[in-house]
Amino acid sequence: MQLVLTEDQELLAKTAADWVSEHSPVSRVRALRDAKDPDGFSRDLWKQMAELGWVGIPFPETLGGAEMGLSELAVVLEELGRGLAPEPFLSTVLLGGQALLLAGSEAQRKDWLEGVVAGEKLLALAQQERGSRFDLHRVATRAAAAGGSYRLSGEKIAVLDGAAADAIIVVARTDGAEDASEGITLFLVPAGTPGLRVERQTRVDSRGAALVQLEGCEIGADGVLGGVGEGLSVLETVCERATVGLCAEMLGSMSEAFERTLEYLKQRTQFGVPIGSFQALKHRAADVFIQIELCRSSVMAAARALDEADPEASKLVSLAKARCSDGAIQVANEAVQMHGGIGMTDEHEIGFFLKRARVAELTLGDASWHRDRWARLAGY
Amino acid sequence: MSDASPTPAELEAFRSEVRAWLAENAPEGIRGLPSSIEGQGNWGGRRATYDPPEMKDWLDRMAEKGWTAPIWPTGYGGGGLSKAMALVLAQEIAREKLPPALLGFGLEMIGPTILQFGTEEQKRDHLPKITRGEIRWCQGYSEPDSGSDLASLQTRAVRDGDDFIVNGTKVWTSYGDQADWIFCLVRTDPAAKKQEGITFLLIDMETPGISVRPIQLISGKSPFCETIFDDVRVPVKNAVSEIDAGWTVAKALLGFERAMIADAFGASRGGGKKKKEGQGSQLVQLARQYGFGNGGALTDGVLRDEIAALEMDERAFHLTVQRSRDAAKAGHRPGPESSLFKVYATELNKDRHELSVRIAGAQGLGWDGPGYDDDEIALTRAWLRSRGNSIEGGTSEIQLNIIAKRVLGLPD
Repeated sequence: MQLVLTEDQELLAKTAADWVSEHSPVSRVRALRDAKDPDGFSRDLWKQMAELGWVGIPFPETLGGAEMGLSELAVVLEELGRGLAPEPFLSTVLLGGQALLLAGSEAQRKDWLEGVVAGEKLLALAQQERGSRFDLHRVATRAAAAGGSYRLSGEKIAVLDGAAADAIIVVARTDGAEDASEGITLFLVPAGTPGLRVERQTRVDSRGAALVQLEGCEIGADGVLGGVGEGLSVLETVCERATVGLCAEMLGSMSEAFERTLEYLKQRTQFGVPIGSFQALKHRAADVFIQIELCRSSVMAAARALDEADPEASKLVSLAKARCSDGAIQVANEAVQMHGGIGMTDEHEIGFFLKRARVAELTLGDASWHRDRWARLAGY
Repeated sequence: MSDASPTPAELEAFRSEVRAWLAENAPEGIRGLPSSIEGQGNWGGRRATYDPPEMKDWLDRMAEKGWTAPIWPTGYGGGGLSKAMALVLAQEIAREKLPPALLGFGLEMIGPTILQFGTEEQKRDHLPKITRGEIRWCQGYSEPDSGSDLASLQTRAVRDGDDFIVNGTKVWTSYGDQADWIFCLVRTDPAAKKQEGITFLLIDMETPGISVRPIQLISGKSPFCETIFDDVRVPVKNAVSEIDAGWTVAKALLGFERAMIADAFGASRGGGKKKKEGQGSQLVQLARQYGFGNGGALTDGVLRDEIAALEMDERAFHLTVQRSRDAAKAGHRPGPESSLFKVYATELNKDRHELSVRIAGAQGLGWDGPGYDDDEIALTRAWLRSRGNSIEGGTSEIQLNIIAKRVLGLPD
């Protein structure tokens, strides 16, 4: 594993950085929020990202993709994170898209993923429930066999971009107790299917998330993704990939929040001197710098480990998310504190970083969940 | 050091050469001997003892090849190797479980400094003796009233013909009682601004007027000493760089020292040879030994979380070191990340020792006597000693100041 960007990756990063500064300032997030945009992102910009080839990065060439790795996708997501760009990478490319890629039949992949890569179709993954915390095996939503089809009943929360999605991949239990590892099945549920109710949620980061109710929602056997009862291992792989993507985004956001804060420390004057000259703030800024550097190493390692099928990949994913969860919150809290009163105003942009940091922290496992997972994987 | 980076084929050829040479020349009796920057291992010098005696053969053979200082120029006793080749050499020595042939402040601190700032005569006089382990060096920097504010030092050197007359007291002169020479910061111009009146002097410890007193630490015995200079006569030609311009030399040497300390706490290990994690890790084994369950999840969930957090911090640190090295190998200039190595490595080491003592509970409190085995006594003393890691070589607070100023560009 080489923890250094290749020339191609550096070029990709530069392209993405230039694109973000031209098309995706943080002010866009405010505008989407204030307009109460139903999607919470821009479909036009999403189409541009597809045309730039970013949406297709982790998909095979046969589906129109670039067939590159998470290491490349991470480079793009980091830059998008700097602008807090809310476009549906996590939901469509990483969660829904990877589930379809890993578990879908030839026909399902062709039907959906070509459209995804082209920027025309959107996906979501409905996994989390009120009682599941971050555990993937805790699934109460039921899928009862009825003739040749299944009837899905239950509730899913925080379904990212669920209201915008053309299809939602629903995790449901075809067998077993609520916390059994066996008996979990993935279903491909197109938007508008009778019995599927999707309500847009409003969360602190103003991105698209939905509450999904399934009330006897009937799905034919052709809507099953992968083997019946074999969904958990697919889900675990999908969530590992998505976690690394999320971490890359978090790395970009925390780097940007920190750089803005450093500028403020140099420019803001109190008692006749720049506040960045005060040692109490210098030491905290230096500590934040250290934490971001450690996050960067962890994210690069996790992405490369998954790309190279490193036997330690699962542990490194948890390392990255634990670090980024703690890091993002530390950076965002310090950013607001060091900005002082202006940092608390809605008028200033630094608050958007705090809000996104909190949501990202509590998505796909927080720091303590990932430390627990690390210890478990390590045998203690 | 040779400038051109060797090709992978050249590196592999060199690896074969090293293996063949080690097979021929490494004495069997020294395999597996411990070695560290504090105490163990061969530090050379006039008073060195070699146990087992083959250690002396190992030193002499390595020195003859120039491999005790592999990247120094061959003309001064070095090996003239590139950094990549020196890394291969170190890897092969580690692979054979051989201890380093020679350690110490000569190789790590004053040698690189003389190479950078010394006169031709100083290089010829001192460097070969360092590489052959003939002369052992110690460091005369801190003083009783000058710790973090090093530039406030008061040891005076007054010109008297071709000599200086030196008076004053240095503290924390590690191994001052075993060293042959000392490199010293002295004040030559008391009227100048504090950084501008300092000279960097090389002093033979056998010169009349020097006395050395060991310092006992909170952990018990220690390598630290207090070194007192009472009308000590030192030739003016022993100044490194210009008179009154020693502060620049002093800072360069501090950079070498920080790198040495970071290496000693794992910055050289990179991702490859990290501490064992998980089931086989020292902390988990300790926890099992002291009653937190023989298998499966540790019975104390809070402790388990703390162990995981520390292991993860350590892994993130080693990955950062690896990232820095991979970037250097790819031809990038050193990134800002290397500035965190000293502060973070030493803070982590303190955390590890503290957690170890807490895991051992009542058995982690022994100082001496019955009821504690050697490992337990060592655990307690190592914890106490580790508290100094974030003080010596520049406190963590000073390291954070350096990051704030040089990396983040925050104003004074």
